[in-house]
Amino acid sequence: MNPNDDHLSPAESEAYRARQRARSKVLGLILGALAVLFFAITIAKMSVHASGQM
Amino acid sequence: MDAAKTLTLPADWRDFFALTKPRVMTLVIFTGLCGLLAAPGEIHPVLGFTAILCIAVGAGGAAALNQWWEADIDAGMKRTRERPLPAGRMDRESARDFGFALAGASVMVMGLANGWLAATILAVSIFYYAWIYTVWLKPRTPQNIVIGGGAGAFPPLIGWVAVTGHVTLMPVLLFLIIFFWTPPHFWALALFVQTDYAKVGIPMMPVVAGEKSTRRQILAYAVFLLPLTLVPWFIGGTGLVYGLSALVLGLVFVALSVRVGLRTSVPDDGMKPEKRLFGYSVLYLFVLFAMLVADRIATVQGWQA
Repeated sequence: MNPNDDHLSPAESEAYRARQRARSKVLGLILGALAVLFFAITIAKMSVHASGQM
Repeated sequence: MDAAKTLTLPADWRDFFALTKPRVMTLVIFTGLCGLLAAPGEIHPVLGFTAILCIAVGAGGAAALNQWWEADIDAGMKRTRERPLPAGRMDRESARDFGFALAGASVMVMGLANGWLAATILAVSIFYYAWIYTVWLKPRTPQNIVIGGGAGAFPPLIGWVAVTGHVTLMPVLLFLIIFFWTPPHFWALALFVQTDYAKVGIPMMPVVAGEKSTRRQILAYAVFLLPLTLVPWFIGGTGLVYGLSALVLGLVFVALSVRVGLRTSVPDDGMKPEKRLFGYSVLYLFVLFAMLVADRIATVQGWQA
């Protein structure tokens, strides 16, 4: 299914694109949160090693 | 307007979220967190948060795989037919890929952040639920809930191991408590929704063994659960705060199970004792595990020996 297909009405194309945009936003947020999480894990692991807990 | 009827939109992100069974996840997060907080030892808050996140995401992945496999069964039951797959809001491959992605990512991140023992147990728990329970046991045996209960029993064990790095008797006891709590909890529900399970051919205990046998088994498990929950106290793994709470909570559980276990239902009687037992069983597990954490805090603070 392609939103640029001729047989889709403008309203249908818009609904399709809106759904894609919402999914992209959520995926972007998840990827951003993962980057922050990996950074935080790295810092936490470094501080745990430095304090000799592990 | 024919095009409008055949237009298939990409699945909404909310449907992916629904696929993770968020309500089941709250109990998973809670018991996992309690295992983590009750364990002797310290964990960096970021690593503790990561452990709980991975347990939750792993459970979500297993739930998505469960719904991918059971889409046809879900379509036949009133309780589940509005889920994203049976309702036609998502294609099966998306659910499958989403489930595998969540399961794989949660195990990898947990291994890197919390160690590979905790990650291995997480992987086993996902496999246990998505394969051993969903694919293998559920359609084959009325004991499906008994053995499948193991899947829900892993979170406190994983939380505990994330802190201590090894398996001891205490986290195994927490595992066993949820394991033996699951059958009376689920069969109470199965008693008042049994017509649905019968319709789709899932051999739930009330459908196969009959209502009377199921009621007796609910009572038997409840009676066994009471001394089991007191073992952590007897072996000195917990103190008085947990011990007395487990005793009182367990006595109420047995009392409600006696009412369910010894009665015979008549058509249109509302199944009130069964609904009450089901509702109480959820509260029971929440409070029991909360008391486990309260007990640990009381010990650390020096309020009890």
